Amino acid sequence: MDPAKFFAASRVHIVAGKGGVGKTSVTAAAAMAAARLGLKVLIVDIDGKFGTAKLLGAEALTYAPTELAPGVDARHLAADDSLLDYLAEHGMGRIGRRLVSTGVLDVVSTAIPGIKDILVLGKIKQIERDAHENNTYDVIFVDAPAAGHAITFLRSAAGLLGAVTAGPIRQQATDVAAMLADGDRCQVMIVTLPEETPVNEAAQTAYALEETVGVKLAPLVINGIISPIAGLDAATTNETLSAAADFRRGRIAEQQTHIGRLAVALPLPTLTLPFIFSAALERAEIAQLADALLESIANL
Amino acid sequence: MNGLEQLVRDRHIIVCCGSGGVGKTTTAAAIAIRAAELGRNTVVVTIDPAKRLADALGLGETGLTNEPQLVAGNWPGQLHAMMLDTKRTFDDLVTRYAATETQATKILENPFYRNISGSLGGTQEYMAAEKLYQLAVEADFDLVVIDTPPSRNALEFLDAPERLSKFLNHRLYRVLMAPSRLSMRLIGAAAQTFFRQITKVVGASVIDDAMSFFEAFDGMEDGFRSRATKTQELLKRPTTAFALITTPRGDAVVEAEFFAAELANRSTEVAALIINRMLPQYPAVKSGPAGLRRNLDEFRSAAQREESNVGPLLAACPKAVVSRVPLMAADVHDLAGLQAVSASLFG
Repeated sequence: MDPAKFFAASRVHIVAGKGGVGKTSVTAAAAMAAARLGLKVLIVDIDGKFGTAKLLGAEALTYAPTELAPGVDARHLAADDSLLDYLAEHGMGRIGRRLVSTGVLDVVSTAIPGIKDILVLGKIKQIERDAHENNTYDVIFVDAPAAGHAITFLRSAAGLLGAVTAGPIRQQATDVAAMLADGDRCQVMIVTLPEETPVNEAAQTAYALEETVGVKLAPLVINGIISPIAGLDAATTNETLSAAADFRRGRIAEQQTHIGRLAVALPLPTLTLPFIFSAALERAEIAQLADALLESIANL
Repeated sequence: MNGLEQLVRDRHIIVCCGSGGVGKTTTAAAIAIRAAELGRNTVVVTIDPAKRLADALGLGETGLTNEPQLVAGNWPGQLHAMMLDTKRTFDDLVTRYAATETQATKILENPFYRNISGSLGGTQEYMAAEKLYQLAVEADFDLVVIDTPPSRNALEFLDAPERLSKFLNHRLYRVLMAPSRLSMRLIGAAAQTFFRQITKVVGASVIDDAMSFFEAFDGMEDGFRSRATKTQELLKRPTTAFALITTPRGDAVVEAEFFAAELANRSTEVAALIINRMLPQYPAVKSGPAGLRRNLDEFRSAAQREESNVGPLLAACPKAVVSRVPLMAADVHDLAGLQAVSASLFG
């Protein structure tokens, strides 16, 4: 598949995956790969840990976009800021500041679960509309909340539609649900590792997202694949060398088993990324991953 | 004696924190097994365990339930395992604090209550804290090992009791509790304006649903509030230890550092740091076939990256006992597997 077409398939790419699967490095690599094709890219950070931005050399992000690399902007969307923005745009700027400073937002979000998520998703929806109408960005990568909260996060729209029958929150939830259901506007890219639990969880997440959110699934990304190496079967009497060779063979065999299991459990096209054997994971290694990603997309 | 073992021997509560996908539940179970091996009467509370864990504990038939079940094993102590059922725990709490059966039924049937008592939002965290209180204070366990919900905001579990108190004390709640327009007038003009503003933002129907819920809830706040305060105190006791679990991979470590910082903000320290799934550490070899040396060097570099990933985390948890658990070929499928994890944790 033509990589430019791959990225243009949806404006918003939500990258989801559990802790430790390399979701942030995949997001960074995808952003760099898209920028290399001349696309204007925005990375949206939600959890405030700036993992993706840190890989690209930035310490922190703000609500306003920061340029991380040529053609790659990033911003952090917090619920409080998104609410202030929303209220200001609806002529309620004055009460907005008061709602946040008096802690009302916390109280309301305790009473109405999902409200913070919908504020953030609503803001993403607005950025997506703006990108479409004013040509600000070609691709928006959303670094979804880690820790398995991607489903809760994305389900908030449907949940609120069930709980709230009228008013601006319902409107917001309706608009977000419409974006999530439209494959041209939004898709979810699940990242996993060729290991037992991550494979099981990727399959569960994929089915849950399809069934309860109805969102389009992008090809699955299998990260951290250990590649074979020439001369691994050479004879040696050195115990360390032979232990390390055994370890690699064992890992490769183990990974192949899980890749096979994944193919059965989840019939989705897959992109593969190599395990990076380096003492650091910085811009150079992210560029390496971006190369591999583009190559894998071309082979789709 | 291994430092982690000392904690398992001495403490009353071990809270296992960490992001999802780092082997937190398995680690919690392995810690509880060691406690049973040390002769303690232990219970492990899991939040969202894979069915595999129930199988590994020999509870595959009934599965894990909201009540502690005895796990059969060859150890001097006792091991119980359970799985938090958020909704049931919340229902029990409502039943406990309701003045009458009618009040309890009214709440349990309220649509707003049903919406919040499921797994959404912060309720899972409240109920994990509540269950911890029940097991640690009202039951007779020597050690409670509790897995925490994989919260986005790291320590919602710790904050849940306080947030609930704050919620019940907030004037918005008091305004919502006002049973009629008459008392709205009594509350005063400022509160009325405030109330209108909220209605404008969230929509009137939400307020109506919430109001009937809060009306039904009337009189139960004190029970909830004092419970929340007590749970808060329990988590601050010196007999409570926090174990932080991670893998050495970049994004998992970033999450773990966040946890460590949040704990430090609450003047709570990480007592144990457990790093799962570490690559083997090989010594350098200067001669031998080129392919084999290249392979070795690759793993040495990757292991070095893992060490530099965890470096800042180790520095952020200066008082923590550290356990490094090697990457295992397969996940845990049976009690022997769990005991193997336990052995490397305490090795």
